[in-house]
Amino acid sequence: MTIKVNGQDFPPPDDARVSLLDLLREQLHLTGTKVGCNQGACGACTVLLDSRRVLSCLTLAVQADGRSVTTIEGLGTAEALHPLQAAFIEHDGFQCGYCTPGQICAATAMLEEVAAGMPSYLTVDLAADRITLSREEVQERMSGNLCRCGAHNGIIDAILDVAGEHRP
Amino acid sequence: MTKIQNAVIGSVRTVIGWVPAGWLPGGSPDPLIERRAAIGRQASRLDGPLKVTGEARFAAEVAVDNLSYAALVHSPITRGRIMRLDTDAADAAPGVILVVTHRNMPRLGTLALIGMSDMSAIGNSDLPILQDAQVHYNGQVVAAVIAETQEQADHAVSLIMIDYTAEPAKTLFEEAKATARTPASVLIEKNHVTVGNAERELSRSAHIVDNVYRTPPHNHNAIELHTVTAMWEGDGLLVHDTTQMVAPSATALAKLFGLKREQVRVLSPFVGGGFGGKGMWDHQIVAVAVARMVGRPVRLTLSREGVYRIIGGRTPSEQRVAIGADAAGRFTALIHSGYSVMPPYGACPEQYTLGSRAIYDAKSFEFLQRHVDLDIVPNTFMRAPGEAIGTFAVESAVDEMAHAMGVDPIDMRMANIAERHPVSGAPFSQHALKQAFTDGAERFGWNRRVAEPGSRREGEWRIGIGCAAGSFPYARMPGANVRITLHGDGSATIACSAQEMGMGTATVQVQHAADRLGLPLEAIRFELGDSDLPASPMAGGSSQTASVAGAIIAAAEKLTGEMLRLAGNASPVAGLRAGEVRLTDGGIASIADPSRHDSFESILARAARDDMTVTAAGSMPLEMFKFAMHSTSAVFCELRVSDVTGEVRVDRLLGSFDCGTILNPKTAASQFRGGMIMGLGLALTEETLFDGRSGRIMNASLADYHIPTHLDVPQIDVMWTDIPDPRSPLGARGIGEIGITGVGAAVANAVFNATGKRVRDLPITLDKLLPD
Repeated sequence: MTIKVNGQDFPPPDDARVSLLDLLREQLHLTGTKVGCNQGACGACTVLLDSRRVLSCLTLAVQADGRSVTTIEGLGTAEALHPLQAAFIEHDGFQCGYCTPGQICAATAMLEEVAAGMPSYLTVDLAADRITLSREEVQERMSGNLCRCGAHNGIIDAILDVAGEHRP
Repeated sequence: MTKIQNAVIGSVRTVIGWVPAGWLPGGSPDPLIERRAAIGRQASRLDGPLKVTGEARFAAEVAVDNLSYAALVHSPITRGRIMRLDTDAADAAPGVILVVTHRNMPRLGTLALIGMSDMSAIGNSDLPILQDAQVHYNGQVVAAVIAETQEQADHAVSLIMIDYTAEPAKTLFEEAKATARTPASVLIEKNHVTVGNAERELSRSAHIVDNVYRTPPHNHNAIELHTVTAMWEGDGLLVHDTTQMVAPSATALAKLFGLKREQVRVLSPFVGGGFGGKGMWDHQIVAVAVARMVGRPVRLTLSREGVYRIIGGRTPSEQRVAIGADAAGRFTALIHSGYSVMPPYGACPEQYTLGSRAIYDAKSFEFLQRHVDLDIVPNTFMRAPGEAIGTFAVESAVDEMAHAMGVDPIDMRMANIAERHPVSGAPFSQHALKQAFTDGAERFGWNRRVAEPGSRREGEWRIGIGCAAGSFPYARMPGANVRITLHGDGSATIACSAQEMGMGTATVQVQHAADRLGLPLEAIRFELGDSDLPASPMAGGSSQTASVAGAIIAAAEKLTGEMLRLAGNASPVAGLRAGEVRLTDGGIASIADPSRHDSFESILARAARDDMTVTAAGSMPLEMFKFAMHSTSAVFCELRVSDVTGEVRVDRLLGSFDCGTILNPKTAASQFRGGMIMGLGLALTEETLFDGRSGRIMNASLADYHIPTHLDVPQIDVMWTDIPDPRSPLGARGIGEIGITGVGAAVANAVFNATGKRVRDLPITLDKLLPD
């Protein structure tokens, strides 16, 4: 079996203790995925596993065996930015930039969750066909990703901007 | 600081006071204040594409051959000695290269403590590191394991067996107050300051508030962990670090390891958040020492718990603020005194009374800080050290006085805001705090506030509005150097060791250099984060932008002279002196006759030169001694408090700032908001919990130490006067720390307005607001 990372196949690590985070950063040198706590509290290590957001520090690399991982490097490049990446720059949704890849990966999956009708703690009408993506809904759904520089307003503005573009 | 230093600083101030302003830096305002194009523009960060794509390489992300990994063992006891040390199992564990304890650690001296005189004195502690069996605080590093992989190092750490003999430890703030020290000075200011007899004036005042305010310890909690990669190459040392003090770190490491300065190179191009915490601590020294022992590069990344254990945060404080006012509401006495922790081996005095000396006039003053000695991880500077918590006490007290007298809190402040520095009498360089209040109150809708607490209610929610003032001193540090290289194609490279940790250092200085050198933005590159570049001071005290800008001014002047000389007699600007020209449109032009213009490209081409390089240091920051220079703010908050749970939800927050020229509105707004959000944490949720029995931090994780999350942060409005400061480079003062200043009190005052409960003990958690 192999772990597909950004479309490329890699063998699982020999040491079963290796987290998906450490596989990405230390073995594959995909250092866009960040480590902020190594205990699932900050969200900096968020990546997409089969298109769903996971905390790569709490995911053993072997759990990704046979599955597909997308990291920030797989979303876009400086020459061809993902719409969220461009919006983060435009709305100044970061300062030091360390939590940023996790925020962008989480936002990518979060918008998919909304499109699929998954409710949040703030969703009032669980039976509604469509989620109305209010500012508070985005804030609640992004609260697993900490930012210490205080770029919260810019992050939410950037996500709402992109969500707005894709609204029917 | 000693009494002698007090006398020296006092003498400098006195002498500078006699010197005409025109002779000092800022004597004639920076011409770019009036003539700017790129400065003040809403520019996106130049490093944005790197940061959003994950391509920005932070300290732990540099690929290194033959890398080994380290993990640390932290003491679980607070004070005592290591009696038995068994590392056999760890030594034998798979992948382990070396176990290091005080037995085999090379003998090293101690760091010089952070000082205001020597820029390479950057120690947060002068305790020995792995040098003996003594334990001084809970969490102290007592052993390290170096292994082939991080997993192997982490596992081997768990195999080390240590028996300790515990000794009595000082862990209780309340008990230690009895033996508190009274320092002669706090940073470069005299500590005990009296103007008149404040206690007597207070006792005679028509209105008195006299209360004690408490603030808890805080941790910086930058999302990037502290991490260092150290490698020896022959006699040279290369260190990839995440640090707010690139050049000073190289100098300090050279001293500690007996090397020449040029043998040490520290690289730190990106810092994943600092806030005062990313300085020199034990882990860098352990990594450098063990890298030499194992003869391989070593990467040492602290665990999140490890950051709490060995990187000190903000001290707790207990502050008394007493204000006396006459019948008209004019202050007759302002007393601000208190206690904070500063162990004898620490360096940070948490200057909470300094801000209080600079805002309000009063007939009499008394300021006094006392240092409490605890056996504790040494506290350090954290965003707006002093001012962040000092304003909580003073601005709460002002609100209490306004309420007691039945006066509007803004009117009370307006009646007492000083026109000159209240204690020194020095003139303000520029000071529009009153305008910041007026503008902020109008935009916020202050007139909707109902003075009677507990008057506004929506369902279970009681609604309140509050405000507070903030003040943070301007600083420009000596010892800022930059190198400017003009290239043959007319582009320029600016280089210095400065730090980028989210402030937009390169972005703003490129904007500055574009206007200073008369070049388009695209023609300028900015190199930083490398101690081999001309040395910049540390990023601290909201001083970096002014410090680097001052050096660019000096270098541009030097460059102008050199280019005029190179231009020669055939040039349209021949015969003009440096004072008669300006750099504009990619070259040099006569001020009197702008049609006399010679481009950099043609000057270099005629001289058959590929480039022209100059290096210069900024002028001594004497303006700080002549003038009272302060960024100030008015902060407004509207919030709700639940009757059912005591929960506080902040609905609106506005900061109105007076900080001189705003160089880049986009990045400045982010800095202001960022500070204010950390202020929301300080007000409502943040607290490092020490177990008074064991002296151990109980909430050493981001799950248990609560920083604001997305749902906690409302849309924050920021505005500024944008009045240039005629005494500073570009007319700008610092903006990095004024944002947090005053927020704690604005929130507490809004909570009082909502509920009638005066919380003088941060953070304002739910339990303090449950209905009686």
